[in-house]
Amino acid sequence: MTSLTATLAAAVERRRAVRSGVGATRPGLAWAVPATLFFTLFAIVPLVLVAVLSFTGWNGIGSPQWTGLANWTALWHDPVMLKSLWLSALLTTLGVVVQTPISILLGVWAAGHQRNRAVLLAIYFVPLLLSATAVSVLWRALLDPNFGIPSEAGWLFGDGNLLGTQSGSIGVLAFVGAWQWTPLHTLIYQGGARAVPQVLYQAAAIDGAGTVRQFFHITLPQLRNTIITSMVLMVVGGLTTFDTVLILTQGGPGTDTTISAYYMYQQGFLSFDFGGASAIALVLVVIATLVSLVMVRLTGYDKMNSTAEGL
Amino acid sequence: MRHRPNYLAGFGSLIWLFLVGLPLYVMLTATLRTQSDYSTSGPLSFPTHLTLQNYLDDFSNGFGRDFLNTIVVTLSVVAIVLLVVPPLAYAIVRSRHRTMSTVFRIFLLGLAIPAQAVIVPMFYVISKAGLYDNLLGIILPTAAFCLPICTLILTGAMRDITPDLYEAMAVDGASPARVFRQLVVPLSKGGLSTIVVFAALQAWNGFLFPLVLTQSDSTRVITLGLFNFQTEHGVDVPALLSAVLLSMLPILVVYLFARRALVRGLMGVGGK
Repeated sequence: MTSLTATLAAAVERRRAVRSGVGATRPGLAWAVPATLFFTLFAIVPLVLVAVLSFTGWNGIGSPQWTGLANWTALWHDPVMLKSLWLSALLTTLGVVVQTPISILLGVWAAGHQRNRAVLLAIYFVPLLLSATAVSVLWRALLDPNFGIPSEAGWLFGDGNLLGTQSGSIGVLAFVGAWQWTPLHTLIYQGGARAVPQVLYQAAAIDGAGTVRQFFHITLPQLRNTIITSMVLMVVGGLTTFDTVLILTQGGPGTDTTISAYYMYQQGFLSFDFGGASAIALVLVVIATLVSLVMVRLTGYDKMNSTAEGL
Repeated sequence: MRHRPNYLAGFGSLIWLFLVGLPLYVMLTATLRTQSDYSTSGPLSFPTHLTLQNYLDDFSNGFGRDFLNTIVVTLSVVAIVLLVVPPLAYAIVRSRHRTMSTVFRIFLLGLAIPAQAVIVPMFYVISKAGLYDNLLGIILPTAAFCLPICTLILTGAMRDITPDLYEAMAVDGASPARVFRQLVVPLSKGGLSTIVVFAALQAWNGFLFPLVLTQSDSTRVITLGLFNFQTEHGVDVPALLSAVLLSMLPILVVYLFARRALVRGLMGVGGK
């Protein structure tokens, strides 16, 4: 009898310990303070400042002067700004249209486990090891009209001055972007394709479906979430492309490849109109946020718990 | 499981091999030949005699110092990220404090802020703080812009720790600090290595912040060095391309020895 009460008492004691312990072992707000303060100081404050600066005139020296809506009226009537938005949209769309089919195809192919694929894939992924700067510098040298590849393949490139025309420059930017980013999206699709249950293919094979039908009726529908993820990355990446434009075209010829992100840099750090640059930056932030929000809604990303999903 | 090989994808992959392989071939051979050889025989020909002079030229042009600066920046950014992100992620996953969801939302919002959008105010803040043309002026913003994705990756890893383990430690009467040290950190090693690689890549490849926040040779990082070299001596393609190759060497080493961690860090680019 006594041993039973003792056991019961011990059990109650333990449960109480657990209950009070749970509260005690949960971290307080203090754990989040350093990161939040740091992030607020170097990301949120600048974000608020960009809005403030967009109502001022500032040449980079001295203090910003309040100018009210002057920057915004100027921006509204600025034909280059409107053009830059179109160019950003065009380059982003081109990026998605070019990279999506290639990376789906390569990713699905790469999802196989054959040994020769592993070797080829190791080469495919080398562009990922280069910074955007390095990629741009490399292609700038390779596409040089006098000493680069165009000089050796006149039948393909004509006079070789690819960056001399608008269509040529846009083509180069889209190509270099695809060269740089397709490997990443291939990786994403490889992960997605490997997650497709093999049972589906076996069932389809029994029903007599060929490779092409399997691809369109199993692989593509099963990759739906992966496609959305990859497109979010392409759109956000496309809208913020900067290094490539600065190094390859400097926005030229003329303003023919001046996309919004580059136009902002140009207005601020080359023309020293930091107020005007802030207004462009704010437009960029609003567009990027809107796009992200729409995409997040589409994917249900905000409700997702594990980052392992989709990789 | 599929009986027929996928000819279309196989063909596509061969084209892609050519598109990736050709530039890499030109880059590799160009770095081993003289500038006059490159200009006269063209980029596609095979070099007749090999030289390492281009690499030596890079170092006499200050590449060694750029390299050291970049290492300092990278190590500092990784250190800051490792210092502030794990406690934050732990608090987001385990704390019941009401403001915590607001904190998490701030970082999620941060995912949508492109670094491009804040360079003007960043220039203002860093100048006012007296950090213009100082490596610290690159380190702090770079680290700050790593935080949202690193937090997302690490909270994901920490959510995979089962509640039973927390309860077991609670029974022992462990403090949050002990739970963090003995349970959370050891069990989220995968997530931690991913954020280290991600932050290191961001710092190593970062271009925008160094471009607008530094100007002298003494604070120049590799990416800026490549850009300057290209604008100033763009005709010396062999020396330029050997600098490009040198800039990717450390990442190549990581790729060879820790491919999985690198790939996960690269995927972190999208916050996934």
